[in-house]
Amino acid sequence: MGDFWAIYILWLRDLKRYWYDKARIFASLGQPILFLFVLGTALSPSVAAPGGIKFSEFIFPGIISMTVLFTSIFSAISIVWDREFGFLKEVLVAPVSRWSIVIGKALGGSTVAVLQGCLMLLLAPLVGVQLSLLIVIQSIFVMFLIAFAITGLGIVIAARMKEMEGFQMIVNFVIMPIFFLSGALFPMDRLPSWLALLTRIDPLTYGVDMLRGVMLGIHSFSYILNLVVMLGFTFIMFAVAVIEFNLAE
Amino acid sequence: MNTTTEIIKVENLKRKFNGFTAVDSISFAVKKGEVFGFLGPNGAGKTTTINMLCTLLRPTSGQAFVACCDVAKEPNRVRKEIGIIFQDPSLDDRLTAEDNLKFHGYLYNMDHRVIEARIKDVLTLVELYDRRKDYVKKFSGGMKRRLEIARGLLHQPKLLFLDEPTLGLDPQTRAHIWEYILKMRQEHNLSIFMTTHYMQEAEVCDRVAIIDHGKIVDLDAPANLKSKYNETTLEGVFLKITGKDIRPQAGESAWTQWMRRT
Ligand SMILES: Nc1ncnc2c1ncn2[C@@H]1O[C@H](COP(=O)(O)OP(=O)(O)OP(=O)(O)O)[C@@H](O)[C@H]1O
Ligand SMILES: [Mg+2]
Repeated sequence: MGDFWAIYILWLRDLKRYWYDKARIFASLGQPILFLFVLGTALSPSVAAPGGIKFSEFIFPGIISMTVLFTSIFSAISIVWDREFGFLKEVLVAPVSRWSIVIGKALGGSTVAVLQGCLMLLLAPLVGVQLSLLIVIQSIFVMFLIAFAITGLGIVIAARMKEMEGFQMIVNFVIMPIFFLSGALFPMDRLPSWLALLTRIDPLTYGVDMLRGVMLGIHSFSYILNLVVMLGFTFIMFAVAVIEFNLAE
Repeated sequence: MNTTTEIIKVENLKRKFNGFTAVDSISFAVKKGEVFGFLGPNGAGKTTTINMLCTLLRPTSGQAFVACCDVAKEPNRVRKEIGIIFQDPSLDDRLTAEDNLKFHGYLYNMDHRVIEARIKDVLTLVELYDRRKDYVKKFSGGMKRRLEIARGLLHQPKLLFLDEPTLGLDPQTRAHIWEYILKMRQEHNLSIFMTTHYMQEAEVCDRVAIIDHGKIVDLDAPANLKSKYNETTLEGVFLKITGKDIRPQAGESAWTQWMRRT
């Protein structure tokens, strides 16, 4: 019971901090909107998307995944801020199991990421993507899967990072590759084999594929494979994160 | 070993940081209900010791028991029994004062109906109740410190660690905070493990340990130490044992006056 309330309050804290930083909510939508409209419009005439849809429609789920990806990683990495500002000590000295700290943080970060994703979803009519209630619900589900996996990864990274200085490195060498290799911005069907291999190693690929499947009806892998990879990745990340927290110092 | 009367028991506790020994095989015990002072110059190893006792740092070797539980083997049982006021800031300044306390109450699995009332009690004590809806970001350094003290007391721990609790507080507030902590101690049989650089504050301790370079140099009741070293104040004892290299502290004269009045 204690662990349940610990998870709840960690989650609630992330939501409160999200709300506190209202300016960030909109600021962080700038980049995906640029991608969506500039890249989408510029490349639409020249890039053939599968299924005969417009390129801007094609990348819409990819851009939403990008929003979820970046928000998730930022939320998880905030653990490093907590360490620098001392708040992490308050959490670690409390009589709560380390796994509930990981779950609470992941749930908080994921909820924030999905909220950001939902804001992007509001742009669907502008892009020409038709949404039904069912599609919205399914999309939210997939966004959560992505968010869990990535917050898990973020917590694993944050547990080892002592200072925020290394963050730009993480963005350049982990987050950017995950984003660019995920097929968020290009069709997966005509890639050279080395690139095809790399995209298949990227866990986000399966999330983007599934989101594209539920939103546009186009996907390269079966939903089962997508689910298994996403859930498997999430599980491994959570397990590693819990171990890291237990071993710390 | 009579564990029933000891709230802390430390045996040959050692902590190294990359070859540097910060805490060097110290041993001591703190009795239930005791106010135990841990005095030493900057870098002596006080905070490192506290971090090991409160389960944030693993000992390199040796053992420590808090409330009869081994800090390395049963950290969660230790965590339940203790409250701590860290030396360094540890608040979330993007939450309100009240939300910081609520967060704490939930983490310590307090009864939700009790949390409200307790928050009111501790905030009233540190005179922040009317600022409870303010973001901590807007607080002055002293207000933040008072809020941390309120938070450390919120869940009514059996053992309270105070790592320089009155650092940065004005003399009035320091006097006030001690008054309350000592009252809590009488009412709830609270045990206290404290560090401070204000030697006058250490006079309230039942016993003090003087630590220097990671080793306990002496340990006794303040009165015994004073007669042993032939000094009239703890400060004199401290300087005699550890040399003359402590930093000057602001605001001590007013504090001394308050101590004389009471
Ligand atoms: N994480 C760490 N890594 C390396 N060295 C450390 C670490 N923490 C503490 N030390 C070193 O251990 C020694 C003891 O530090 P500690 O913080 O315990 O001192 P202290 O007695 O609390 O001092 P102060 O009165 O200044 O708070 C210092 O020399 C410090 O530099
Ligand atoms: Mg210290």
